[in-house]
Amino acid sequence: MTALALERRGNDWRLQLRGDWSLAAMASVDSELQTLSTPIDGALVCDWSHAQSPGIGPVWALLTHLADLNAGGFPVTHTDAPHTLEFLQKLRIERHAVHAERADPSYEEPLSHFIGKLGRWTFLQGIEARGAVNFFGRIVSVFGETFARPAAFRVSSLVRHVYETGITAIPIVSLIAFLISVIVAYLGAQQLSRFGAGIFVVDLVTISVLREMGVLLTAIIVAGRSGSAFAAEIGVMRLNEETDALRAMGMNPVEVLVVPRILALIIALPLLTIIADAMGLAGGGLLSLLNLHIPLPQFASRMRESLSSTTFWAGLIKAPVFAALIGMVSAYRGMQVRESARELGRLTTVAVVQSIFMVILADALFAVLFVKIDF
Amino acid sequence: MPDSTLSPLIRVHGLVNRFGAQLVHDGLDMEVRPNEIFGVVGGSGAGKSVLLRTILGLRRPDAGTVQMYGEDMQNLSRAGRAALTRNYGVTFQNGALISSLTVAQNIQLPLREYYPMSEATLDELAELNLALVGLPPDSAAKYPAQLSGGMVKRAALARALSLEPKLLFLDEPTSGLDPVSAGAFDELLLYLHSQLRLTVVMITHDLDTLFRTCSRVGVIVDRRMVSDTLDGMLQNPHPWIHEYFHGPRARAAEMAEHG
Repeated sequence: MTALALERRGNDWRLQLRGDWSLAAMASVDSELQTLSTPIDGALVCDWSHAQSPGIGPVWALLTHLADLNAGGFPVTHTDAPHTLEFLQKLRIERHAVHAERADPSYEEPLSHFIGKLGRWTFLQGIEARGAVNFFGRIVSVFGETFARPAAFRVSSLVRHVYETGITAIPIVSLIAFLISVIVAYLGAQQLSRFGAGIFVVDLVTISVLREMGVLLTAIIVAGRSGSAFAAEIGVMRLNEETDALRAMGMNPVEVLVVPRILALIIALPLLTIIADAMGLAGGGLLSLLNLHIPLPQFASRMRESLSSTTFWAGLIKAPVFAALIGMVSAYRGMQVRESARELGRLTTVAVVQSIFMVILADALFAVLFVKIDF
Repeated sequence: MPDSTLSPLIRVHGLVNRFGAQLVHDGLDMEVRPNEIFGVVGGSGAGKSVLLRTILGLRRPDAGTVQMYGEDMQNLSRAGRAALTRNYGVTFQNGALISSLTVAQNIQLPLREYYPMSEATLDELAELNLALVGLPPDSAAKYPAQLSGGMVKRAALARALSLEPKLLFLDEPTSGLDPVSAGAFDELLLYLHSQLRLTVVMITHDLDTLFRTCSRVGVIVDRRMVSDTLDGMLQNPHPWIHEYFHGPRARAAEMAEHG
């Protein structure tokens, strides 16, 4: 147990230090020190002879506290002092000078603090918006250059990204499209059978899967899988100064890193959507067969009747737009990473959340547009 | 000054490390005595960092034993290892400061883990450790990304010192620093070594640091270690060691140290 006792000896003071003074006892050292509050008004002798294994942290704390108590600057001597004492005393004096030199006039938060914050936030949003517009402009211009010089296009990089964002996503996209379609058909069958209109499940599944769900689900899965991967990959390359290295070698990181990824997504997402559509219809067909006992040929013919010439294209046409949005948002967030691993995590999250948000926003706009033009 | 009569703090015996078919260490022996600054040198790929990772128990050797404070690192229980970690501090090559924490929080991280204490006390200890390594008070609130290379090395040292260990492992503490900062780091290390009575194991390629600070040197050659004082190393006939300590860079560093 740590203990200290301050006692008066005539005009002088004597501080007896006992018990554990190692770093492990730091908490009790500090609480003991808090009990010392009498200002010292005479010479002080600190007796370390009964203190066990004094660590530098506790000794430092004692010196700091004594300096507060001894505002009058009375002489302090130490007996049986630990070997680090002199060093720490010197360090404290040096440190004091550093603090005094750097002490800035106490800064008061102004009344207009809130307004200041609001202004700052607005300003930063403005810069952010300008940065985003800038980035998208750069991507468009690089796209233009790429198409002007197709020979310089990075085919191998494109193929790799089509594989990673497209081919490897097939199992999960298929599974989710199948399951969601089964759920929709099942719930639809429950309601429609009550009116004896079970056959309309086919219309429900066909139209919802082809127009909306196939492409939307695929886009959301791809935003989660590939959007995060883009942001993280590009972000780590930025932390590693790889993007700077590319620039120093005369290459444009947007052209090398961003364009192939966005283009790969624009190729892969429509193809994935077709697979999701097929799996969704298969799910609806299977449920109709098992739950409503609609044989598959009847399902197929009913499906053909419910289709108009535009149903399939109304879904598929959205896929490249969603792909471009996901690709640009994720790449933009990835390029914003600087300084630290924390930024990387934050911006990867932002990339995914904003990609999904943009996809749903665009989907809503498409819905309004298609109604207006009767597509 | 090192005392050769004391039993060694670290004893590595017959160490074998291999990666697949590649043999890195083959029967390596090493001893570090209390209160010495022991430099570990070797060519690129000679296995300096692997040796350090093995001593720290981050890697299990394929054969051989590592003892620290007389404890066998391989046979230590989890609790035993946790207790032992408080007795040594490590700095990694690139600082390895946790990037989501400020410098002060990095220093307080091991303190919080092992010793319960109030926030005010933690701040006081952070200030002490910053003072020890000569970092200005305002660096406490900074994030590692805001520090210069030299400051990162110092902050890493402050974190390594925060549990007041007697044994310090430094992996290339002066790499990537300008000569002035590297020289200042050498002086800081010597000062802390003498004031806090530290034992230091240091991997370094910096010949100036080696000549300025180290009392003994271990050279990894032919998958084993040759340990000697600097003067002994200068006499060593092994071709690689001779080349290392008599090359133009070594001569310059030696001249600077001995005038």
